[in-house]
Amino acid sequence: MSGIFGRLARQRGLFALGTVAMLTAIVPANAQTTIKWLHLEANPDRLATWEDIAAAYEEANPDVTIEFQFLENEAFKAKLPTLLQSNEAPSMFYTWGGGVLKAQSETGAIRDLTAAMDADGGAWRNAVSPAAVDGLSIDGKVWAGPQQSGLVSFFYNKALFEEAGVDAAAITTWDEYLAAVSALKEAGITPIAGGGGDKWPIHFFWSYLAMRELGQDGFAAAKAGEGFQGEGFLRASQKLADLGALEPFQDGYLGASWPDTQAVFADGRAAMMLAFENTATPSNQANAATDGKGLASDNIGRFAFPVVEGGAGLITDDFGGLNGWVVTTNAPPETEDFIHFLTIENASVLAERNSTLPTALGSDASVKDPSLADSAAQMAKATWHQNYLDQDLGPNVGRVVNDMSVELVSGGVTPEEALQQIQDAFSMEM
Amino acid sequence: MSQLASSALSLPTGKTRMRRRGVGNRGKWPVIVLFLPPALLLFTLFVILPMGEAAWYSFFNWNGYGLPDQWVGWKNYELIFRQSAFRNALVNNGLIIVVSICIQIPLALWLATMVTKHIKGALVFRLIFFLPYVLADVAAGMIWRFVYDGEFGLVANVARFFGQAPPFWLADKDVAFYAVLAVIVWKYFGFHMMLFIAGLQAIDKSVLEAADIDGATGWQKFTRVTLPLLGSTVRLSVFFAVVGSLQLFDMIMPLTGGGPSNSTQTLVTFLYSFGVMRMQVGFGSAVGVVLFIICVTLAFSYKRVFMKND
Repeated sequence: MSGIFGRLARQRGLFALGTVAMLTAIVPANAQTTIKWLHLEANPDRLATWEDIAAAYEEANPDVTIEFQFLENEAFKAKLPTLLQSNEAPSMFYTWGGGVLKAQSETGAIRDLTAAMDADGGAWRNAVSPAAVDGLSIDGKVWAGPQQSGLVSFFYNKALFEEAGVDAAAITTWDEYLAAVSALKEAGITPIAGGGGDKWPIHFFWSYLAMRELGQDGFAAAKAGEGFQGEGFLRASQKLADLGALEPFQDGYLGASWPDTQAVFADGRAAMMLAFENTATPSNQANAATDGKGLASDNIGRFAFPVVEGGAGLITDDFGGLNGWVVTTNAPPETEDFIHFLTIENASVLAERNSTLPTALGSDASVKDPSLADSAAQMAKATWHQNYLDQDLGPNVGRVVNDMSVELVSGGVTPEEALQQIQDAFSMEM
Repeated sequence: MSQLASSALSLPTGKTRMRRRGVGNRGKWPVIVLFLPPALLLFTLFVILPMGEAAWYSFFNWNGYGLPDQWVGWKNYELIFRQSAFRNALVNNGLIIVVSICIQIPLALWLATMVTKHIKGALVFRLIFFLPYVLADVAAGMIWRFVYDGEFGLVANVARFFGQAPPFWLADKDVAFYAVLAVIVWKYFGFHMMLFIAGLQAIDKSVLEAADIDGATGWQKFTRVTLPLLGSTVRLSVFFAVVGSLQLFDMIMPLTGGGPSNSTQTLVTFLYSFGVMRMQVGFGSAVGVVLFIICVTLAFSYKRVFMKND
């Protein structure tokens, strides 16, 4: 017995010695820092752009290796809390800002980027749109390096609008919008493609209506503690319920996922959709449509979400995403530099190749697609940029907002009941 | 072993009994000391401890980041019972059990009696009926989502063939769960059928022959001979249906995700959508505890009441 153990121990000793020898042989030649980049980009073309940028960085900095780690969207959200507290934490990961970023910032698991942003007389900070830096800051501290932002607006099928005799340029108020919906219905056209199955596509409507009713100050007051049961929210919820009562969506929209919804619009089965800035790009149309082509770019128009009468919100108040990169506490010091390289120095590459709207100033000139450039132009004039509510309000209140938006539009709850539920979730967070 | 056997066989007097037990225990101790700790350690580490932790977290308002420090007492449990989605989930789990017992198990039993008869092609049918069960739950869910699709699905095309407007069952909160139930029956009847086939094969043929000689009809043979002899299999089958209903998750997610309006939530999808996805770890843990209590109560009382002789 002891003989066996003795032999094993000796072998293990030898093995350990061998390992140490091998390591010492490698280490001096290869004093590598590894940046572990956790992302959720499933599109191979977009990922290729990032890989090229990473390769360029590795070439310029031979002692840095960049390791890509992928998690699918939902898995990312579910795993991240555990991952951040483990030794396997990535160096940098994707963020949508808002409540989740706030929760992460309170744990000590992520790094404050304020000093990096303000170094060299604020070189980084001054290169980014102030609204983006602001959107990823909490109590004056910057917690993520901004990369891109987005704009949600109405996209419409010009041919179908013409068929129904609706002039999109004339839609600036909610009443005019409802009139357009009715006109489309009368012409036998499904007015809106809606994704009730995924829920968040419907929360765009509620968010915009609430923004138009309350305006920036009213909204800030609500988030600061006034809550979600005021007159403005009640009117916004009622307006969404009224829209639902017109039955403007395609059949079966309550079960439709986002890809289903995009297909409805790209196939020409509905006249408009409230969607992301890249909706009209040819690649997005080709991805979305059943026939692999989709609507021609010149057949798609865009208009901003209309204002409501008597509301404090302006038509130039924007709603859309804001994304950036968070650095974890134990990440190598080069991580910030790489994020700067990615989001600032390569902003125009990202704009051109990935059809995104970078937050780096001056990169909008590289936006080639006319519809994207149109969105970029509107964002440049924005009086207020509101992040998605399901991010901004945190995952819990956000999901309740999504649920209630669908319930309101499908007549499942009254505005009072919906707001009560949102308020209940909100007071638990406070 | 021989000691155990002898102590079991003989009826020793008090003194010898004590002595023998002492010897027996002394013989068992090394075994206990050697073999119990690994199993006990693993079981404690991966079963008892997480359960205890879940119970502990359920009293906090916690999003999973950092440490739980906001004690809320029984509030998470109050919130669960105020959620209409939770009531939906409970009712749905109940419905699954009812449908399993009233439709799925009789269907499986009927098919099992058919395919165990020595007719041509019985084996092929046995395989075909078992195939849905072999399929991964997620794949089955996705397949049926396509089948039910109101634009391009099989159901829509059948409806159009008969000149009807295609239905959107999964988008209709009054119908969606029945569509899900149909998939559940389709998916799992093969499993119950296999149980019954095994049960049927274990029945002594001579009993059935005796019934034949006594002039019993086919139905009489089934109700008086086959069914009573299959009793333990039926009870096991129902037990699996109950436990399966409480665990149902991976087929619902691709099929409906619990929607529309939470009409197709089960207890586990409720836990996932309201606990995990909303990063309400405390609330989710409370749901887990409730689910655990329901499972344990059902499982133990079922075993006590119905399976005590099996």
